[in-house]
Formats: sequence, structure tokens, C-alpha cells
Amino acid sequence: MSDTNTVSDRAQQIVDEFSLFDDWMNRYQYLIELGDDIPLLEEDQKSDDNYVHGCQSDVWIHSELNENDEVLHFRGDSNAKITKGLAALIIRVLDEQPPEAVADADFGFLDDIGLHDHLSSQRNNGLKAMIEAVQERAKAGPQET
Amino acid sequence: MPATTQPTPSTASFDVEALREEFPALSQDVYEDTPLAYLDNAATSQKPTPVIERLNRFYGEENSNVHRGVHRLSQDATEAYEGARTSLAHLLNAPHKDQVIFTRGTTEGLNLIASTFGEMVVGEGDEILLTEMEHHSNIVPWQMLAEQVGASIEVLPVTDRGALRMDLLPEMLTDDTALLAFTHVSNTLGTVNPAQDLIDVAHAEGVPVVVDGAQSAPHMPVDVQALDADFFVFSGHKMFGPTGIGVCYGKREHLEAMPPYQGGGDMIDQVSFEETTYDGLPHKFEAGTPNIADAIGLGEAAEYVMDLEWEAVQAHEDAVLEYATERVEAVEGTRIIGTASDKTSVLSFVFDDIHPYDAGTVLDREGVAVRTGHHCTQPLLKRYDLPGTIRASFAAYNTREDVDCLIDGLHKVRQMFG
Repeated sequence: MSDTNTVSDRAQQIVDEFSLFDDWMNRYQYLIELGDDIPLLEEDQKSDDNYVHGCQSDVWIHSELNENDEVLHFRGDSNAKITKGLAALIIRVLDEQPPEAVADADFGFLDDIGLHDHLSSQRNNGLKAMIEAVQERAKAGPQET
Repeated sequence: MPATTQPTPSTASFDVEALREEFPALSQDVYEDTPLAYLDNAATSQKPTPVIERLNRFYGEENSNVHRGVHRLSQDATEAYEGARTSLAHLLNAPHKDQVIFTRGTTEGLNLIASTFGEMVVGEGDEILLTEMEHHSNIVPWQMLAEQVGASIEVLPVTDRGALRMDLLPEMLTDDTALLAFTHVSNTLGTVNPAQDLIDVAHAEGVPVVVDGAQSAPHMPVDVQALDADFFVFSGHKMFGPTGIGVCYGKREHLEAMPPYQGGGDMIDQVSFEETTYDGLPHKFEAGTPNIADAIGLGEAAEYVMDLEWEAVQAHEDAVLEYATERVEAVEGTRIIGTASDKTSVLSFVFDDIHPYDAGTVLDREGVAVRTGHHCTQPLLKRYDLPGTIRASFAAYNTREDVDCLIDGLHKVRQMFG
């Protein structure tokens, strides 16, 4: 990622990538591809603690603090591909960021990737729940896993 | 398979295109150049112009509080509100309009019954018999009651195809069964339950019966006297009426014996700090200023529904459901959930390898409004070991063209996720 490593830089990068597609189907297909590349959880990480409530599909997001460089590492999974793609977007901007940056991250960029009328208006796609879950955990500090 | 966009045939007594013109919300693009195919009628129906105009007229010309006013507007509003009750009584063939209680909807109707009649007839050690296909609205109020009085919930199972195990009914109606509550039509499977048999068998054992008519009232004529139902509840908004208004019908002897549901204005006879006496039916159960406008709107919807040629409408709805069933079955990887012999208006299905949420999201972009998820029937979905289904649900105004839009959307779903 070279220098472009802040949350907002990565968010802008995502917005730029999505702007290359001119119709919703291609944008969704790209979202699904991003989901396919997500770092997956180990089976035992699909725990109640990592489960994100409030989604129509099953979603897990796992985070752990790397003690050496004080940054959070994320993994995620969902049985719905669109939701998994959304998890991938969240993880991509937050992975290897310090907990404070995760807690303060602004996800306004999701309104600018051309899926807006879909993403923000639906309460059951889990987007809001995923963001709340990762930010709350980042604020709560390191957890035993 | 090529799209077979043959126009929906109209019969002499039922012209579906003319009907569609009376529902303004149906003629719109939901995304650019993407017309709406509205197939979420089990969640709520669209509203016809007469209902919309009736609401406008009430607020524009008649708005006033009911029952106590001596002035002209209040008398007009009262007349319209009570006239709506009469229309609803006709719709259900209730013996008297006093047996029609306005509620917020099916859910409130069931809560009303559970909190009043339920507390009268269900005691410690008793059983409340439900079915496996109930909506959460017809489960949770009974669970709350059972917990409160020390009763238990028993569940009549469904078959793999989604029919009730009627063979088990006699043995499940025990000496301890205090009440049977069942859905007339399953909101998830579309199964039409044999209401008459259920009621007759329960009554033979002296068990009173509550019928959840949320999904039947919009699709078939209901005669509460012929059914001999002790209670029949439904929502207005699924039957072309406004949201926030519904009906709880009850047998007179039950309604008279029941304590009030909520206390407040409009439900009393005399109030002092020492004692309050209650008004008679139906006002005893309508505390506070009622939802006047929507009740009047629902009365208009009831008149609208009674003006439909039911035989022709049902033939049309059945033909659309059959067409949808055949075409969805032909889409690779689909499986229909709910294949009982008697069905109406609901087609639930899954893809073996595609999550319903993913499918629903793509269908939406194609203008097809369906519902995905558990449809507030989690125990039923657990029975079929499914996280959810894709549910297309039809109303009288739906056409084969709507089904064709669904099928085109499903092919796109396969293209993206298959």
C-alpha cells in the first residue's frame, strides 16, 4: 500500500476503483470479487463473540491486536456474498490500523461507491451492524480470543 | 428459457389491466428505466385510488373526533367511522357490527385476545395448541400468556410439503387443551389450512379457536359464522387498506364476558375514583381516540373488496401462482418451499447455492420487489433447515408479466452468483 495507508486514503482508493464501473451489475460483481479475497476465519473463530447480529445472513468478523506493532488484524466471513463483499470493504480500510484509527474511522465513503441506494437504506444487510461491532471492539481494547 | 410475455388473459368479469390502473403505486420506475414488479403483497398490498381518496376526504372535509361531539363534523366522523365498522361486519358476515373491534392490526388483535380471553380460559397446567407454521405474532402473545399462568405451548407439526398434520390433531387436542390458534393461510408457504375442519374438530372437544386471517382476508371471502370461529383477526394493510388498522372479530358471548384490554377514554360508562363501569361492545375494547381515518379507509377497502368478482379474481390469482410456480421451478438450482395441494398467493423458494439475501438484492435492482428472510416464521424455517427463503407473493393485480420480470431477475441472479 506504500504511503496510502490511512483509513481515508484506503477509502478513497476504493471509491476510485468503483468509479471505473459504469453499471450496478459490474459494481456488485466487483464487490463480490473483493469478498472472495477476504482473509477467512478459522472455524473456531466463528464464535458467538465474533458473530455480528442484525444481518439477514450469518456474518462473523474477528479482530486481534498485533502486540508488536499495536495494530488490529481482521478476518471475516458471511454466507451471503454481497454481505461478505461489504465485510471486505470494511476490513480493507481497517486492517493493520491502530485501534484508535479503527474506532474513529469514517465510513462515509460507502455512499460514494455507486451502491448507495442499496447499502445505507437497508438495515438487514448488516453493514451498520458490522461497523458498529468492529468499532465497539476497537474502543473496548484487546480481547481474549 | 425464453420469456413468454403473453398478456394476462382477462375474463369478462375481471379485467386485470383495469384493476391495475386503480393502484397508482404500481405504475412507477423504481430505478432508472426499471419498472416495478411488486411481488411483496404478503407483507403489504398497494392501495387503490378509492381508499387513498377516502383518506384525503376524511382529513380534508370530515376530520373530527368521534362519539362524544355534538357538533356537525363530529357527527359526520362518527357516522363514517361506525359505517366502516358496518362494512367490515358485512365483509366477514359477522352477525352484528358490535362484534367488530378495530385494532392496530393482526398482531394487536392476537395480543388483545391473549390478554383478555386468554387469561379467562387458559390456566395453570393447560395447553395452548398452535401450529408449526405460525407467524411470530401468533406465537409470542401465547408464550407470554403461558408463562404468566403456567400453561404450555403445544405445536401441531407440518409435513415436508407444508400441510398441517391433520391426522395428529385429534390426539393433540387433549383434556388440557384450553385454546387452539392457527393461521388460515401461511405467510411463508402459501398453504391454505382446512379452517373448517380445524374448528369443527376443536369445537367437538370444547376447545375455542382463534383464526389468524392476515393472509386469508385479502384472498378469499371469509364467513365467520359459517366457520364458527370464536375469533378471527386480520390487518387492513394487506387487504388494500391503510396501515395501522385491523379487525378483531369475536363471538358475542366471549366479547361480553371478556375484561377490557386497555383502560382510558371512550371505553367507559361511568368513572369515579372509587369505581369505573365500562361501555358495551365494541367500545369496551377501543380505549382512547381510535384510528378514525384509517378505520374509515379500511371500510372503503372492504367495500372495494366486496365489489370484486371473487370467483374471477381467485381464478386469476390461482393462474398467476401456477404460472409462477412452473417458471420458478424451471430456473436452474431452485427449490420451492411449500407444495401443499391447497395454496394461495405465496411462492417461497430457495436456490441451493445462493443466499436469499443475495438473490433479493439483485432482484431489487431489476425492479422486482420480493421479500427474503424468515418472514417472521423462524420455527417453520428451522423445520425446513433453511436460513430463509425468497418469497414472491401475489395480489389480484399481479400479472404473468410480473412473473416474467421475476424470472428474468432470477436468471440474472444465477449469472451473478451461480
